[in-house]
Amino acid sequence: MNRKIHPLAWVIAAFARGLSGVQVRWLGCVPEPTQRIYFANHTSHLDFVVLWSALPVELRARTRPVAAKDYWQTGFRSFLAQRVFRAVLVERGAAARAAHNEDAHEENSQAAGFAVIERLAQAMGERDSLIFFPEGTRGSGETVGEFKSGLYHLAKRRRDVELIPAYLENLNRILPKGEILPVPLASTLTFGPPIRVEEDESKREFLERAKAAVMALRRKGAA
Amino acid sequence: MIPAPSSLQVIPGPHWTFVERHADPVLLYLFGGVLGLLIFASIAGFVLRKRAQGEPARRVVENLNARTRAWWKMSAIFALTLLVGKNGSLVLFALLSFLALREYITLVPTRRGDHRTLFWTFFIITPLQYFLIAINWYGFFAILIPAFAFIFIPARIALAGDTEHFLERAAKIQFGLMICAYCLSHAPALLILQIPNFVGRDSVLLLYLVLVDQMSDVLQYVWGKLLGRHKIAPLVSPNKTWEGFVGGVATATLLGALLSWATPFTGWQAAGMSFAITLMGFLGGLVMSAIKRDAGVKDFGAVIEGHGGILDRIDSLCFAAPVFFHLVRYFFVR
Repeated sequence: MNRKIHPLAWVIAAFARGLSGVQVRWLGCVPEPTQRIYFANHTSHLDFVVLWSALPVELRARTRPVAAKDYWQTGFRSFLAQRVFRAVLVERGAAARAAHNEDAHEENSQAAGFAVIERLAQAMGERDSLIFFPEGTRGSGETVGEFKSGLYHLAKRRRDVELIPAYLENLNRILPKGEILPVPLASTLTFGPPIRVEEDESKREFLERAKAAVMALRRKGAA
Repeated sequence: MIPAPSSLQVIPGPHWTFVERHADPVLLYLFGGVLGLLIFASIAGFVLRKRAQGEPARRVVENLNARTRAWWKMSAIFALTLLVGKNGSLVLFALLSFLALREYITLVPTRRGDHRTLFWTFFIITPLQYFLIAINWYGFFAILIPAFAFIFIPARIALAGDTEHFLERAAKIQFGLMICAYCLSHAPALLILQIPNFVGRDSVLLLYLVLVDQMSDVLQYVWGKLLGRHKIAPLVSPNKTWEGFVGGVATATLLGALLSWATPFTGWQAAGMSFAITLMGFLGGLVMSAIKRDAGVKDFGAVIEGHGGILDRIDSLCFAAPVFFHLVRYFFVR
């Protein structure tokens, strides 16, 4: 029972691939129909589409992006996110608040945070994979920002899935934050070897390791 | 003496095929020659593969065969667009400029503030350069990039407000535009030259330029592989040797002279033109190698099997085209 891919998704993916001239490298893992969470650096609206279109066709239908609810829930954006790409919309920062579980006054937000993680875990179900940008927002592309804690909590909640780091290079130059018109430079997308949360690993250790795994995929000499 | 080109004009008869009726017979003879060379290269590659001993030799032969396969495709595309006519060639070269510029800018560090400037460079200035050829506006074609883009680019970057490395950024974008769009566009611009006694046959001249230039590349490579000992500029390009250079330039010049029957040139004139093309081609390759070294990469891309990027293949043409264009224009268009 293959889920249908929205026709517009094909068009957008083909356009994004042509525009970004993306060269895809799989280092330390291969495209497989197992459940995964792809997590990558985030600098451009093209990030998700390029990453998604770099997957083999049979994997695309079962790979969903995680997108910020505040940005993607209205009008045409909502149509794109929910109808075309079947995005899982979540509240930004909710998971981070959930981490402060020793703070008794924030019980509500804590509950909200766990609800988000639960929602993501449910959305994955038995077969879907997720595309996740743990920085939470688009950066300038010069450095990779600090990872939010959502990735850690989700990884702990779904220990059964592989976490695949990915680095998207040059997309910040093709369509940077705040620009509408793209410049068609060539880009590279590198997938790295999977990581998992270790038994006795703290949140901070894991998030730093995850970020390092993404950074390690940058090509030598490239900014 | 070499027969005057006009003696080759054949009046098409009713029994001719579409291609014969529309294409210059000289074009077809030259394509036939290219076809022969490709068949020869493919057979030679096949024989070499059977005989190659050891891993390094096998790798060289594999690269050689990959190059030959790419040559088949490139020749087919070029031949098709040339047969379509002026607009076919213009679209092809505009696309090449676009892709070459993409490879170049990808390697060159630009900043966030250059985004809009780059958009203009890719989507307005480069297409306009080719549009001007399409409408035969030579005067504007010749100054669009050296004069107007030269003023526009730093102005647009200054308006964006980021002064960090300002001069470098403006200069690097202008350089890319000059090489990838301006210089290269002189190849299809041959199609708007009105050469006396050669009217309507300019596509032969474009084919001649590309043939001599690319054969020179191949011959320099072959001579270098066979005899190469003394490196010309080891820090810039370890593959360029004096033996390859002299052998390649000499044989390509000779071949260019032998093809004079297809051109408006006499034998000696054709030799001179070919010499200029091969020399410029060599310098183009050298300069682009220096840029790649500076950027710390081996190739501009990996689009063409065995060759690298588009810009790796056309670097010689970028330098040869404007010089050949102006030599022809100065000496033969009066």
